[in-house]
Amino acid sequence: MNRYHIDYPDPSCAPEDRADKSTAERAGPDKTVATTPSLREVRGPTAFGSGGFSRAAELLWMLAVYDFKKAYHGTVLGYVWSVMRPLLMFSVLVIVFTQVFRAGSGVPHYPVMLLLNIVLFNFFTEATTMSVTSIVSQESIVRKTEFPRAIIPVSVVLTTAFTLVFNMIVVLVFMLAWGLKPRLTWLGLILILLVLFWITACVSLILASLYPRFRDTAIIWSVISTVLFYGTPVLYPAEIVPTPLAHFMQANPLAPVIEMARVWMIDPNAPTPVELGGGAVSLMVSIGFTLLLGFVAVRVFTREAPRIAESL
Amino acid sequence: MNRPVAIQVEDVWKTFRVPEQRVDTLKERVVRPFQRVSYRTFEALKGVSFEVYDGEFFGIVGQNGSGKSTLLKIMASIYKADRGRVRVAGRVAPFIELGVGFNPEFTANENIEINGVLMGLTRREARARADRIINFAELGEFRDLKVKNYSSGMMVRLAFAIMVEADADIMLIDEVLAVGDAGFAQKCMDVFRARKRAGRTVVLVTHDMMTVQAMCDRALVLDRGELVYIGDPDEAARHYLRINFQREGSDAPELSTDGAPPHGSSTETAGGEIAVLRSHASLVRAWLERNGEVQRNLELGDPIDARVVLRIETPIHDPMFGFQLFSDNGTLLLQTPRWRLPQDAPNQNSVTLTPGTHVTLALRAPNVLAPGRYRLAAWIAEELGRHEVAVQAIPALSFVVFGIAPTGPLLHLDCSYSATVDITDTTPIPTDPRRSIELSEGSARISESTHE
Repeated sequence: MNRYHIDYPDPSCAPEDRADKSTAERAGPDKTVATTPSLREVRGPTAFGSGGFSRAAELLWMLAVYDFKKAYHGTVLGYVWSVMRPLLMFSVLVIVFTQVFRAGSGVPHYPVMLLLNIVLFNFFTEATTMSVTSIVSQESIVRKTEFPRAIIPVSVVLTTAFTLVFNMIVVLVFMLAWGLKPRLTWLGLILILLVLFWITACVSLILASLYPRFRDTAIIWSVISTVLFYGTPVLYPAEIVPTPLAHFMQANPLAPVIEMARVWMIDPNAPTPVELGGGAVSLMVSIGFTLLLGFVAVRVFTREAPRIAESL
Repeated sequence: MNRPVAIQVEDVWKTFRVPEQRVDTLKERVVRPFQRVSYRTFEALKGVSFEVYDGEFFGIVGQNGSGKSTLLKIMASIYKADRGRVRVAGRVAPFIELGVGFNPEFTANENIEINGVLMGLTRREARARADRIINFAELGEFRDLKVKNYSSGMMVRLAFAIMVEADADIMLIDEVLAVGDAGFAQKCMDVFRARKRAGRTVVLVTHDMMTVQAMCDRALVLDRGELVYIGDPDEAARHYLRINFQREGSDAPELSTDGAPPHGSSTETAGGEIAVLRSHASLVRAWLERNGEVQRNLELGDPIDARVVLRIETPIHDPMFGFQLFSDNGTLLLQTPRWRLPQDAPNQNSVTLTPGTHVTLALRAPNVLAPGRYRLAAWIAEELGRHEVAVQAIPALSFVVFGIAPTGPLLHLDCSYSATVDITDTTPIPTDPRRSIELSEGSARISESTHE
């Protein structure tokens, strides 16, 4: 056993043992060439792959979990706050849109739809907004160590996803309390969340990689995300949007996600993205955009990653 | 020498583009899309190649801006080289800019796990070593405290402890000794010694020639992105000093020479090693003392008792002092540790000397010098920020040790020597004429190897 193998986990021997062995082994003056580890090339930081998958996964998980703990640790109500925030926003909006604007008065189960939409969209907004500055605020780790740079924005998205899971539990309880009967299509929620996670992660990667070079990305994004909020059928049902505009809206990758969530979770008779977009073509466009987003995110992040540490 | 190679750097180039006028908003890009962003390119590394052998303690020295930190970051894979190839053997633990990657919002425990994994441990291994790390860093009660609440000293200790316990094959360390209290510096040195004994590879970037001379097996000197010397650490230290001091003021950008008097900036010594990097002070008087009398020269065996009076020329904050003793041909024979003024001043930790102040430095040492001419230089230095030290070496004395000594050429030591003739064949005691003599632990040594 030479020391270059010792560095890998070996449950059969404790770290102390290994340290002793390696020292003893290396004390001998003539080392054989056999103990030489092979030289591996150092290529500088990358976006996605350096240092092995398990290391990246461990890092990602730790950053996300510790960040999540940090966010709710030390506040009196802890996790309750993460649930309270969308609920409070929901209460205000439900009053405004049923009592003042009456936009939701004719919509079946409007309050449930509103709550679900807000929770889903909140995840997107929160994760992307936090991702923008993520690399700069984790500057110390980025400037001093080497790891796949994408871990940082993705860990932010993951942290927010933990909150989303907690929120979804509340939403499900609310749905049952409202009197909705569980249906098999509720399983579609898993697909909804996966697609939403994908879109959010892609946008986060793009934003996080641009911010170190262009510091107004944050401001621009806050405007764009507001536009997206109103351009996605969150507050209103999709069917009230007039036709030419509705087609246009379907290009927004978030719109079909929200619409399908409504169909699967709340109202099977609600219009599907295909019906709203006037044919399968619009859905294809939206799926195409979603995939393109992934492509762009990987390209942009891969281009920026090697030099991010230099521009901090 | 066919030792296995731990780090191989081949023809590495790195250029930074420094925008003349920083455009870091999209708005500026959009408003003036066709305005060419003018860049000043800064070539940090210009084709550097070298190898570090397995188990070597390797020093990288050079002035500020010579590219040494960039080189270290490229070896640690934090920067990407523009050209060239870097290869390393085994796991690497970097210690860059006085730390590892801390997230200030996380606790010490959490940061230990994250950094352990960053340095190639598994999460379980990192957790298993957390106790040792906390102990080493002496942070027992603070382990669940967020790192942002740590003092900078605590943070450096924790970072260093993590790097040490990560027990990587290669340590890349940037300027760790510039900070921290004496206790911490001692701990660093202990770690370095232990690593050295264990035959592990360490690459150390430093300004501290004493450490280079005391610890390194080999050292590399960078000057403006080019490798100017690689090899013997004493020789490297001399190269470094020569670069520092022969390039006075005019073309060394970090020097503020405006209006500074040229006191003490003479470069008259034979080797040309001694000169000024920044004029903190000028020499008022220097002499040797014996029984209260001023002497010009020393008799063989008479203890060295040198006094140097400096006049401060520019305000200097918390100055550090040191002495260097050179032989006539420029070999550095003795270097004291840096020391500071006693901290009992009314405003603690902030001793600022104003121009016109006189400071008297004293050096007392047993005289083991063989007859010959020697030179004494006094050092005055100021910490600029965390990584930089503005130093000034002031040639203070040139004196002769006179007498008749049976030993030489540099040392006069009470030796006993004999030869015995044995009929039976006994194992000869190995002698190594190149061996260096440790005078006192770690602080000073006399090297005979360079004087041949």
